[in-house]
Order: sequence, then structure tokens, then C-alpha cells
Amino acid sequence: MDSWLWLIPALPLAGFLVLALVRTMPHRAAGVIGAGTVGASGAVAAAIAWRLVACPPPEGVYAQTLWHWLGTAGFDATIGLHLDALSAVFVLVVTAVGFAILLYSVRFMAASEGFGRFFAYMDLFVASMLVLVLADNLLLLYLGWEGVGLCSYLLIGFWYADPTNGRAARKAFLVTRVGDAALVIGLLILWRHLGTLQITELLTKAPHVWAAGSGLATAAALLLLAGAVGKSAQLPLQTWLPDAMAGPTPVSALIHAATMVTAGVYLIARTGALFALAPVAQAAVMAVGLATLLLAGFSAMTQRDIKRILAYSTMSQIGFMFLAMGVGGWTAAIYHFVTHALFKSALFLGVGVILLHLNDEHDIFRMGGLRKRFPATFLAMLMATLVLAAMPPLTLTFSSKDAILRQVLLSPRGGVGLWLAAMLGVLLTSAYSFRLLFVVFLGPQRTRFDVAHHRVPSGRVSWLMRLPLAVLALAGGLAGIAELLRVLFGVEGFYAFLRQTLPEAPIVSTLRENLQQQAISVGVSLAGAVAAYWLYVRRPALAGRMVQAPAAAAVHRFWQAGWGFDWLYERLFVRPYDWIAKTNARDVVDWLVESPARLAMGLYRLLRRTQTGRLRWYAMGVATGAIVLIALMVWL
Amino acid sequence: MNVPVSHVLLLAVALMGIGLMGVLVRRNVLFMLMSVEIMVNAAGLAFIAAGALWRRADGQVMFLFLLAMAAAEVAVGLAVVLLLYRRERTLDADAADQMRG
Repeated sequence: MDSWLWLIPALPLAGFLVLALVRTMPHRAAGVIGAGTVGASGAVAAAIAWRLVACPPPEGVYAQTLWHWLGTAGFDATIGLHLDALSAVFVLVVTAVGFAILLYSVRFMAASEGFGRFFAYMDLFVASMLVLVLADNLLLLYLGWEGVGLCSYLLIGFWYADPTNGRAARKAFLVTRVGDAALVIGLLILWRHLGTLQITELLTKAPHVWAAGSGLATAAALLLLAGAVGKSAQLPLQTWLPDAMAGPTPVSALIHAATMVTAGVYLIARTGALFALAPVAQAAVMAVGLATLLLAGFSAMTQRDIKRILAYSTMSQIGFMFLAMGVGGWTAAIYHFVTHALFKSALFLGVGVILLHLNDEHDIFRMGGLRKRFPATFLAMLMATLVLAAMPPLTLTFSSKDAILRQVLLSPRGGVGLWLAAMLGVLLTSAYSFRLLFVVFLGPQRTRFDVAHHRVPSGRVSWLMRLPLAVLALAGGLAGIAELLRVLFGVEGFYAFLRQTLPEAPIVSTLRENLQQQAISVGVSLAGAVAAYWLYVRRPALAGRMVQAPAAAAVHRFWQAGWGFDWLYERLFVRPYDWIAKTNARDVVDWLVESPARLAMGLYRLLRRTQTGRLRWYAMGVATGAIVLIALMVWL
Repeated sequence: MNVPVSHVLLLAVALMGIGLMGVLVRRNVLFMLMSVEIMVNAAGLAFIAAGALWRRADGQVMFLFLLAMAAAEVAVGLAVVLLLYRRERTLDADAADQMRG
């Protein structure tokens, strides 16, 4: 089994190479290669994961070293793959969700130019993400990290003819770059003091080299956190995610909901032992998660653009994951990641159906009553929204969020205060998600849309789009089963599987405590849903009037603008930089480089003045020269 | 009577200088040509003086060459002056400055 590991990232990479190098390819072939390689990779991953669970190898790890990558004085790095419980979960999610989304894209991107290019970039992305999660050393992880950043840039700006998309892509890249720079410094600190970047070695060595709470450990962990914050769009590097919705919807679904933005979660989970060594850093993780959770929740309530609502929602849910990790609930965070990947991508795919058929109308207040037109999409999105709001009916409202809330309340680092704040987050989540659902699907139809429209000539939703949507929504709906099994039957199952690699001490709680907690959170979610229903379906005018009072309007604008971060960064960084660039446009270096040219020009001008064209001038020149020469001859 | 060679040569130098000044200072091409003639004659005088000094006929022969050359030169020079006048309608030497860089 070890020797098959390389196939997992290699298959999508091969797909990328074929799609990138072969110039014109019929759509069918491009779709088969693009989606098929990811699907095949998923099949291999599933087989390996099955073996991992059924007959676990020693230490629960499959490892394969492919080749020696670079070696200099004191530093060696290999291309090595390492599959354990954590990686297996991520690999399965990435390939399965990726495959579903790529199938969907075959129909979604059919009318767009650059079909082959899209699948090439997506395959490269999946390959990079797989390298990231399978890497056995931090340098290779960083390679995958940069790869997903690159693909994010390429895919956000996919429709490059529109400069807005290019700006959004650049913004995403630059903001995550800040995080990447911090990450590199963190890697350097780790290497310098621990001598290795091999993950398992590093994590076992760290407690011996650094005392608990030491400055260096904290610094390294904080820098890793900074990298994760950039990639996962958490405070303070979250400004790129809402604008990243400029990319095609499958891109938003795969990269900016399910996978790339969770790379930060993976990094922190992977180096969890390091964070355990630096309590300050772990507290920072928790603080970042909590702040982002609430900030994004408030912002999502005020957005009109359907994809921006989902973007802020993603930000908020990843905040939940960070919060969980911060209080020591590593397995809960990963569980939430899995559930989130499923329901969030289902939501995005549903939104994609609507966008495709409504000719890219993004404003939810220009939609309405779409339940009759897109019944299947409505059902799928209803299921996904119920899961998002932590009330999945299929698993009797047990979901990953319950796991997180339990950790927040009962873990030694958590507490009631945090739990209350998290509950506020749950309320907000439910409110904004149902707001989206109700405004878009219920109520009166606000826009006429044209069925016979060039992007979808038949006006019907293709099965290639319905099937992935349905599967993802259903899977999301059933994802809470691990929690259900744990609470009702005491089966630790999934949690125990993950605890093989994550530094977590399981929390014991009675059935009664769990059910109480459950009831409270479901109650809060329901309250949010009812509030959204009342405000947006029953009394829609009231919502409009509420934000007309000057104070309320100001707050509404503030939240809608993402709490002013874009405004702040514009003034703090962008404008000074532009000013410096403009002022320094003619600087010392320019002067140095230009001076030979200017010298030559000056000499030319001087010499030119001797060519007067006048006879007497030339005669004088001859005479003067002759006199000088004769004088020299006579006196020397 | 004995005229010292140095006096003759000095006269030749003075004439040469006057002629050079004339070429450089005057703007009218005819006067420039006349100044050139003066310079030629100065050179001829120098040759005569040298011939007298060395008691040889070479100086005189050279002067004959110079006279013939001066005549030819005047012919060509006046032809050029005519062409200049036709183009520029003036005898000002500075008027022909189209080769200016």
C-alpha cells in the first residue's frame, strides 16, 4: 500500500499536464481527463484509507519517500508522502468533493471560453492540495501551499477579460502572501533550532529542545498561525475572501469553501503538538477564531450579493474550526471541516445553478420565489442550510457543531463565556443562512428571467449538475452521524480514528449533558431561523425600515463593508505604498542607469556646435591647428 | 645692395598673416579670394628669398608654378562664386551654411 501513495497527487498532476500541453481538446475529452483523474485519485485514496482502517500498518502511517529533493550543508529535504488518519480524512474530502465539483463544472463551464484551461487549473489545484496534505516535511507542505495559492490566483482571475477579476485575484494573492511570508519565517525558526523540517521528527523533538511556553516555541507557533490566518481568511487577513467570489462558482465551491481555505486548519492540526507547547499561541488561535466567527456572522447578515453571503459564512465556519482548535478540540475541528466541505460546496453548487439560469444576477433581493422554478435545487439547499444551522434532520439534529460547542464549554481552556459567544455565532449563522434561503426561494418572484437564454438553451438543469449537488447535500445531511453515534451509543468511531494523530484528551460528558446542550443549540438555531422567517417573509418592509434609522444605517453599512477592514488597509498600506512608488519613480538607481546615456547626449550636443556649416569657421579651425602644430614643432 | 634674408622672410610672414586675417575676417567671398591671393604671393616671396639665399634657380621656378596655380585657382574660385551667387543671391560666405550639423 505504501508504494501506491504517489498516485494520489500524481494522477491530477498528470491531468494538468495533459490539459495544459495539448492545445485544442474537445470539451468531452477535457472533462473526462479533468474530472476523471481526480476521481481515480479518490478511488486510490479510498482503497488506501480502507486498508488504513481495516488493517492498520505500524504506527498507523503509510509513508513513501519518492526522491531526495535538495540537500545542502545541514539541511536535507525529500519528496516524501505520509498518510495517517488526519491526512486520510483530508485526502478523501479533497478528492471526493473535488470530483463532484468537477463533474458539475463540465456543464457549468460549458458556455465559457477556456474550458480546457479551467480543468487544467483545477487539476493543478487538486494536485497541489494533495501534496500539501500528504507532505511529510514542512518544506514540501509549503510547496503545496504555494501551489494552491497560485491556482487560487489563476482561478479567481479566470475570466481575465474583466479587470475586476484580475484585481480580486491580485488582492487574494497579496493578502495570503503576507501570511506566507510569516510562515516561511516560522519554518526558518523551526529548522534553525530543531534542525529538521520532517514533521514527525520535529514534533517529537520540540518538547525536548524547548520548554513549555518558551519564547521561541511561541514565536514559531504564532508565525505558523499567521500563515494559516492568511490562507484561511481569518482576522486580520480576511479581506480577500469576499472579493474572491469573482471567480466561477465551482472555484468558489472547491477552493474557497471546501479545500484551500481549510489548509490553514490542516497546518495547525498537523503541528498541534507545537501549539500544545505554546499556550499563548493556542490562545491566539482561539481568539482569532472567535473574533472572525462573530465578525463574519454580522457581516453576512447585511450582504446582498448571494456569493458574498456564502463567503462570509465560510469565514465564520472556519472561525469555528479555529476556535475549536484553540480550546483543544482538534477532532471536533476536523469533523467540522468535513461537514463544512460537504454542505458549503452543496450551497455553492446550488447558487451556481441559480446564477447560470438567472444570467449572473447576484443580488438576492432581485431573486425570490425560485422554489417553484428550481425545486430540486431548493431541496438540496434547504438540506445544506439545515446542516449549516446545526439542525440536520437526517441525523436527528446531531452535527459537528455540537462537538465544537461541547469542547468549548467543557474543555479546560474553554468556559461558559466562550460558549455564550459561540452560541451567538450559532444564532447569527442560522439567521443569515435562512435569510438567504427565504429571500431567494420563498416570497414573490422579483425578476423575470428568460428561459431561452444563451447559456442554458434548454432551461433545464442538467443531471451533471443535479447529481453532484444532490450527493453533496445528502452527504452533508448525513455527516452528523458520527456525533449521533457518539452521544446515543457511545461509539467514538471517527473521533478515536482521528485521535491517533491529534493531541487530544477526550472529554467525558453524560448523555444528559449532551442532550441539554443539544437542545439549547437547536433552540438558538431555531430562534434564528424563525427571526429570519418573520423578518424576511412575513414583514419584509420592516427589515427595510429598520436600517433606515441613522444609527442603524451606519452600523448596517459598517457590517456590510466587512467592519471597515478594506477601508483601513487601503489607507494604512495601499495608499502609502502607491505614494512611495510614485514619488520614487525617478530615484537614485534610475539616475545611475541613465547617466551614461545623459553623458553621451551632453557630449553630442557640445560637439555638434562645432559643425556650423560656415566656411570661415572651418578655415579658422584649419589655421589654428596649423599654428599650434608649427609652434609645437618649433619649440619642442 | 644686401637685403638680409630674415627681412624678406619677415615680410613674407607678415603678408601671410594679413592674408589669413583677411580670409577669416571678411565676409564677401571676392575679398576672401583676394586675401587668398595675398597668402599665395606671400608663400611665393618666401620661395624667392630662399632661392636668393642658396643662389639657386629653384626658388624662381617654384614661383612660376605658384603663379600658374594661382591663375587656375582664381578661375575655379570665380566659377564657384558665380554658382554661390546664383543659389543664394548674395556674396556673403556665411549664407552657404546648409552643411550645418
